[in-house]
Amino acid sequence: MNAPPFAWVFVGPALLVIGVFFLLPVAAALGLSLTDFDIYALADLDNLRFVGLDNYLRMLQTPLFWQALGNTLYFVVVGVPLSIAVSLGAALLLHSRLARFRSFFRTALFAPVVTSLVAVAVVWRYLFHTRYGMVNHVLDQLGVQPIDWLGDPHWAMPTIILFAAWKNFGYNMVIFLANLQAIPEELYEAARIDGASWFRQLLHVTLPMLGPTLLLVGILTTAGYFQLFAEPYVMTQGGPLHSTVSMLYFMYEEGFKWWNFGVASAVALLLFGLIFAVTWLLLRLSGRGA
Amino acid sequence: MATRLAPAIVNGLLIGLTLVSLFPLLWMLSVSFMPAGAASVLPPPLLPDSPTLANYRELFVRAGMLHYVANSLLLAAAVTLCSLVLNTMAGYAFAKLAFAGRERLFRILIGALVIPGQVAMMPLFLLLNHMGLVNTYGGVVVPAMAGIFGIYLVRQYALSIPDELLEAARMDGAGEFRIFAIIVVPLLRPVLSALAVFTFLGCWNDFMWPLIVLTDDELQTLPVALASLSREHVQDNEMMMAGSVVTVLPVLVLFLALQKHYVQGLLMGSVKG
Repeated sequence: MNAPPFAWVFVGPALLVIGVFFLLPVAAALGLSLTDFDIYALADLDNLRFVGLDNYLRMLQTPLFWQALGNTLYFVVVGVPLSIAVSLGAALLLHSRLARFRSFFRTALFAPVVTSLVAVAVVWRYLFHTRYGMVNHVLDQLGVQPIDWLGDPHWAMPTIILFAAWKNFGYNMVIFLANLQAIPEELYEAARIDGASWFRQLLHVTLPMLGPTLLLVGILTTAGYFQLFAEPYVMTQGGPLHSTVSMLYFMYEEGFKWWNFGVASAVALLLFGLIFAVTWLLLRLSGRGA
Repeated sequence: MATRLAPAIVNGLLIGLTLVSLFPLLWMLSVSFMPAGAASVLPPPLLPDSPTLANYRELFVRAGMLHYVANSLLLAAAVTLCSLVLNTMAGYAFAKLAFAGRERLFRILIGALVIPGQVAMMPLFLLLNHMGLVNTYGGVVVPAMAGIFGIYLVRQYALSIPDELLEAARMDGAGEFRIFAIIVVPLLRPVLSALAVFTFLGCWNDFMWPLIVLTDDELQTLPVALASLSREHVQDNEMMMAGSVVTVLPVLVLFLALQKHYVQGLLMGSVKG
């Protein structure tokens, strides 16, 4: 292939931006994580020292890091299946031939996805207010004692998980819906002729046909949920008792509150490693299943 | 019997789910019209007794909300415009123009798609600080001027442009930029409108990076300003709801108007991925 110069005029600017403002910083993060870069180094680079793996080793001895890791895993392990289940359920309902006003329902169910996370997180904070919140009021009518949703360390993370499921389920719902519509109708006809019930059709036709989509949605949602940050920042500020400090929240505080860029870079890279490992695991598991 | 009940169950569940989806948004709108303190009573009211615009007046006159709206609008528009131009040119080149190392470069880009943006944040902050871009609009716009996902989306779509069409134009003596502007861009219109809506909404709603790079109150975007307002005004329920309405309403309206493009873009990005 000859290299006509005009091709580089087309790709050059974009590659320059991505190279300088993304790939270069990613490579630099590796180096930064091996230094003690802090507020003194920010003022004068002479204060920068190479510390090897110290940041990583010190993190393993930091209780808050382990708590952040545990909280993040809690959010992912409970939040991802819940979100995907709601998405799939909503898609099945919308796909049903019995459903009416489909385009209205689809738009309404999708609406939370496009809203600004910070704004609706503020709304949820008031809906889940212990004393005046609508949620506790409804529960009170049903005879349930008021729950301190965002102020009780046992309830804060479940509340954030519920919020995330509410905010995000519409996204995967649309993907599921498109793939449900692509399943050939003959498969269902054959199943009905064999006398398969609605549930057996779901189990033996719908779910297997959705397999690749489920895997893709699972991987993308997991990667997204590992990056939990704005929800605790707005709703709980990491509290109560650090019960909602996520890995990224920990990174943000280390980096941009205390200016420990070395430690913060190490946290970011560990998070990346974790996401990479889980993605790999999901791919392996699904490969074996098929 | 089951078949007679089924329609009621399906539609009942859909109505229930829709109520859960929309209630927080409708409640936000309703409370935003209540006078200060009116929402913090028992039982919590659903509708304002005496609707008022006082909260909006307070936000725009005293809290400088118009400033934040303008910042958000400006940044989202600038990022959308720049990234659309650069991503389209690059995506088209990766699909249709031959150059040395094309496939390898594209594979590297796709591989980099798995790296979460936060990994780059600390060095990027130092780089922008060095360039004098921290605490300027440039700090948000410059790193977002091109994106791997956008390039990928355009390339996938551009692959379907027939080579014969481009060759015929070249035979007629049209220059590469003329071909791009007159033949390619119109053919790419569906993917471009999808990408534009996607980028604009993503930028408008973005929180973490603007929070980091725009510390000056004058430069803050709506979500960042709203987050700091909500920390200062924890008790001002009604005013915070008005602020949330101002933040959410523009994107919700934009989405309703361009829903088709948005959903198309969403499916292009995920199904083919």
